[in-house]
Amino acid sequence: MDLSSINWLLLLASLMVAATPILLAGIGELVVEKAGVLNLGVEGMMITGAIAGFAAAVESGSPALGFLGAAVAGALLSMLFAVLTQFALANQVASGLALTLFGLGLSSLMGQSYVGLKPPSTPKLDLPLLSDIPVLGPVLFSHDLMVYFSIALVAATWAFLKYTRAGLTLRAVGENHEAAHALGYKVVAIRCAAIAFGGACAGLGGAYLSLVRVPQWTEGMTSGAGWIALALVVFASWKPWRVLIGAYLFGGITVLQLNLQAAGLKVPVEYLSMSPYIITIIVLVIMSSGRSRGALGAPASLGRTFHATG
Amino acid sequence: MIRLEKRPNPSKAWSYSTPLLAVLLTMIFGGLLFAALGKDPVAAIRTIFYDPLLGQHAFFYRPQLLVKAAPLILIAIGLSLGFRAGIWNIGAEGQYIIGALCGAGVGLAFYPTESFIIFPLMVLAGALGGWAWAMIPAVLKTRFGTNEILVSLMLVYVAENLLRGMAVGLMKNPEGFGFPGSRNLAQYPSATSWINQNAGLHWGVAFALIAVIFAYILLTRHMLGFNIRLAGQAPRAARFSGVNPTRLVLFCLGTSGALAGLAGLFEVAGPAGQITTDFNVGYGFTAIIVAFLGRLHPFGILLAGLLMALTYIGGEIAQSQLQLPAAAIQLFQGMLLFFLLAVDLLTNYRIRLKQGAAA
Repeated sequence: MDLSSINWLLLLASLMVAATPILLAGIGELVVEKAGVLNLGVEGMMITGAIAGFAAAVESGSPALGFLGAAVAGALLSMLFAVLTQFALANQVASGLALTLFGLGLSSLMGQSYVGLKPPSTPKLDLPLLSDIPVLGPVLFSHDLMVYFSIALVAATWAFLKYTRAGLTLRAVGENHEAAHALGYKVVAIRCAAIAFGGACAGLGGAYLSLVRVPQWTEGMTSGAGWIALALVVFASWKPWRVLIGAYLFGGITVLQLNLQAAGLKVPVEYLSMSPYIITIIVLVIMSSGRSRGALGAPASLGRTFHATG
Repeated sequence: MIRLEKRPNPSKAWSYSTPLLAVLLTMIFGGLLFAALGKDPVAAIRTIFYDPLLGQHAFFYRPQLLVKAAPLILIAIGLSLGFRAGIWNIGAEGQYIIGALCGAGVGLAFYPTESFIIFPLMVLAGALGGWAWAMIPAVLKTRFGTNEILVSLMLVYVAENLLRGMAVGLMKNPEGFGFPGSRNLAQYPSATSWINQNAGLHWGVAFALIAVIFAYILLTRHMLGFNIRLAGQAPRAARFSGVNPTRLVLFCLGTSGALAGLAGLFEVAGPAGQITTDFNVGYGFTAIIVAFLGRLHPFGILLAGLLMALTYIGGEIAQSQLQLPAAAIQLFQGMLLFFLLAVDLLTNYRIRLKQGAAA
């Protein structure tokens, strides 16, 4: 193996691209879980966003419309989950799984006529002065808009949850839905809004995969990214900035693993491809060991069904 | 204004009829979907649900029904034990793959020796493989409190990569002209799980029936089954009555892993025949639908498994005869779970139309 053949600058630059899909999906799921809902359908919403965004971009020729379409598709799909869990009071774990199975089927049905096509390329943001800085320029300032949008989204989510009244209400609903209901907050409506936001974010993440990162449509192309986004929220202890750190760590591992494959490491490709998943497990173990859910920072009502009796 | 009122006890009548209602709703909405795809909805539903059972070529399809249903039932029975206790093993697909790899590994190691001991050894290896793979999330959960849903799922992707590595590496057929994939075990008399291929009978079918009966006895006649149900319905009461949650997690995940591993072994030594890069076809995930559709009850799962097998076979016929896309069937199955979860509301709640001014 020849380690010097790896371009470390390029690796750092592609790390941000690799991290963006799970960062987007992860920050969306964080908001959902903060509202006390556990939506395990991230994978299904991501893959639906991936094909919806791809289709919208190919048909319209505009990547921007593609991302918009993906967000709408993700949010629409998440409403199925909202109906099941918030109105039909179904079990959240089972409903999330149903959403994933449904999304996988839906996406491969929608994607049939898009296999082998190329999406319109998403333009890179050209920042004249910043991207000319020797080392930092290519690493930090030579990406497309979505990379910066995802970071801005993390900042906005953090500020929303920490400083706004609506953010406080959302957290209250997630911590104790009975009390929030007694105070007159519309628990179900707030949760539905959070679920829709999570769906839109997951859709964007999926579209980033099919429009920028890969860029093409293949069946099952998310291959677990949605589940990794879910793990990311646990890793982040339900704190927005830590989702960013986690996503970049994870993106780094993915990119490094790909680079090691290219550099000819004497391990078969299949075994190297396992590493992101194994590392996710290890991270989950480290984060969970010796701590209760409360100490981790999980919202107290997470996963519990709310039924207003009063 | 519609209001929901919680029933003091889940309704027995609804609990039996909701799966049927869900199937009916799925047929209606599935029909609409097929119509949207430009196919005759009645013909499509007929092809999927009627032709494999009673159609002209049913004699050919009926045995296949057992072949498809066996792994689904076997896996779903295992999953249902955990689901009842609130232990979510979502990684059956991975346990299925590892079971197949371990079992096939034993079989391939003995090739071309002929001995009656080989197949039982493979069965043992398959069950152990699936069990061991499920023990990873189980032990991590009991030792470190790690979420078993995420860990068991991550392990599916690890197992899939392992499968690919094995199919092109260690287990590749030396006489396979360089193609990925192992020797065909179905053509190796000592290692095949077929009993009677024409009748669709292989050892997996037999084990699936045994598992159904075993699970029924466990759940209705045994203390452990009672504890499983108690832990799911009233976790605090279960603790006070001395149910050991650690042991329950180990038992439920271990059993479902072993059953999924067995399903994988029977599949690779019979219907599939060989380890290939895409040997797994999602039975581990479909079994989740089967478990819920069967109301987590052994006999319900038996019926649900047969029904789901019907959609597979019927879906294949619809693919060849009506050019219905394969993905449509997958969507159809996902839809079924959706409707099932939605109509389950009727089991636990009464719907009341409230008169007068809404509060």
